[in-house]
Amino acid sequence: MTDEKKNLTGLADDVKPDASGPDSGKLDLDNILDVRNLSKYFDIKTGFFSSLPLKAVDDVSFFIRHKETLGLVGESGCGKTTVGRALMWLYPPTSGEVYFDGERISEKNVRSLRRNMQMVFQDPYSSLNPRMTVEDIIGESLSIHKIFKTKKEQRERVYELMRLVGLNKEHATRYSHEFSGGQRQRIGIARALAINPKFIVCDESVSALDVSIQAQILNMFKDLQDQLNLSYLFIAHDILVVTYMSDRIAVMYLGKIVELAKTDEINKNPIHPYTESLFSAVPIPDPRTARQSNRIVLEGDVPSPLHVPSGCAFRTRCPYATEQCTLETPPFEDRGSEHFVACWNR
Amino acid sequence: MAEYLLQVENLSTSFFTDAGEVKAVNGISFELDKGKVLGIVGESGSGKSVTAYSIMQILSFPGRVTGGEIRFKGKDLLKLSDKKMREFRGESISIIFQDPMTSLNPVYTIGNQLDEAIRLHTSRKGQEIRERSLELIGLVGINDPKRRVKQYPHELSGGMRQRVMIAMALACEPDILIADEPTTALDVTIQAQILELIKDLQQQFGMAVIMITHDLGVIADMCDEIIVMYAGSICERGTTDDIFYSPKHEYTKNLLKSIPKAQKSDERLIPIAGNPIDLLNLPDGCAFAPRCKAAMEICLEQSPEEIALSETHSAACWVNVRDYLINHKDDAGAPASGTEGGDQA
Repeated sequence: MTDEKKNLTGLADDVKPDASGPDSGKLDLDNILDVRNLSKYFDIKTGFFSSLPLKAVDDVSFFIRHKETLGLVGESGCGKTTVGRALMWLYPPTSGEVYFDGERISEKNVRSLRRNMQMVFQDPYSSLNPRMTVEDIIGESLSIHKIFKTKKEQRERVYELMRLVGLNKEHATRYSHEFSGGQRQRIGIARALAINPKFIVCDESVSALDVSIQAQILNMFKDLQDQLNLSYLFIAHDILVVTYMSDRIAVMYLGKIVELAKTDEINKNPIHPYTESLFSAVPIPDPRTARQSNRIVLEGDVPSPLHVPSGCAFRTRCPYATEQCTLETPPFEDRGSEHFVACWNR
Repeated sequence: MAEYLLQVENLSTSFFTDAGEVKAVNGISFELDKGKVLGIVGESGSGKSVTAYSIMQILSFPGRVTGGEIRFKGKDLLKLSDKKMREFRGESISIIFQDPMTSLNPVYTIGNQLDEAIRLHTSRKGQEIRERSLELIGLVGINDPKRRVKQYPHELSGGMRQRVMIAMALACEPDILIADEPTTALDVTIQAQILELIKDLQQQFGMAVIMITHDLGVIADMCDEIIVMYAGSICERGTTDDIFYSPKHEYTKNLLKSIPKAQKSDERLIPIAGNPIDLLNLPDGCAFAPRCKAAMEICLEQSPEEIALSETHSAACWVNVRDYLINHKDDAGAPASGTEGGDQA
């Protein structure tokens, strides 16, 4: 373990990015990522000349500290994946600012910044190129960023990464279809780690795996965080998994973050009615707790993101909704000790 | 001996693929009583869904039941003709599937599809059929039934579609409802709605439910009894409390340690080592042995028998045999040659 650590830090010096040093003083330097008023709209064609904006992400702000894991939960279609992709600039945002390590991300510098931010995807089957060997997959980013001069050095690094994620180096010449889901996810993680990123977006990275394999990968994410000082944005719909992984959790509903707080805090004292029902709806793998729990079952379905209700988007399903909720969007404010909530009535 | 509602005995189902015979279900037996909720839990490839399909006899092509009996109220379902079986399905046992989109026909309205089920399985005629459809739609908590019957599946959300599936399954008030991962494709808040609905209906009609899922949370919440499956065999069965609070099979123990619990804690998950089940290359002994930390020599050589530990609880694990032998040293021969890795549950 220690040997591995030493190796890695040694390598980190070699591959240090040129100059992404934070120089704008107004930003909190504890934060690796600062997202301010991020929005991403997609135009959906509704007719020959008409289109409607689909507000996948609407005015979202949050930050992630160094070595921290921020969990992002919500139901399908709430925009959590879009957040991840917008800040990687895979979907250029409609508006808003993203600062990475103090530097504002834009069209121009995103390519060089991606050396420090990587992504691990949900589906380990479609996110790996079936025509490439494991070595090519993991080494691709190393070649793109021209990190090593010789093939041999690069191969050494690939083997080292494979060892780090628990794969045998004998597997390097194999193709991805020869591996199980969990092993493929390991390949995906090795690929993300190849260029020593500081920040990784994990987008439903364990949802496709069986429970017994899921724990292996979750533990690996945690170990890698300790070893390599990584920060994560951990996107998932499984609240128990996010709770296990995260230091803080953000809850999204129809394109907006409705609540953001420390994991313990949001579990014990959820303020927003949506958070409350979402967390109470989770089936707890413990019969005694399950028998006692007062599940808050919400009425109805999530409205279409094309026709988001006015004011607070949750008001159509909210038991506490008042007239104000229809008229005005609640502000996303700090209720003390970094517990952010957007609700008029709580 | 009292007659069970459903009794599965020594059921084996195989898929005859080009790569060889895949034994998806390997001689399992279980019973289901009236009005009980039985959970079958396991990961992919454990044979839980194939068990359900075998009972309903809806296995797709290379799959075939190769042995055993499935008795419903004493009648062996495997001996029924196709025609008889078709009548039986839906009338006595219904099934709902994971993906409500692919299980509904996209070119017929909801009403049409419900009507069909009612027409085929009941003696209702003409107007009565539609009336029953409307009643069922109301029953599963879909508002405005009159409008909904005219809609097509694509106009409904995932949760709504699953409700329609449930309505259809209930059309003839079956004795058993098999729910095969009914909420896996749904969001948490919708999942909660559907689980509550199944619970309500189960109590209302007193039907038995077989709940098949990989989600231990769902199982904990819904079931009276639980069967844990691994690689086509039953490794442990018992009441919900037996399984969750005193698991006796190494796989169950490990499974419970590998899932995150509700509260945030710094306790690490203990993953199950190794790779998932490969049904084509099953080991000779216990199927879980290659991944088991407590595995002994015998585990690799001989598959364990299921041993009753209490009236409700039984498990198929050599570790229990070893522990028993250690505790009863005097009256037995030498204990099985155990390696280290003893565990106190």
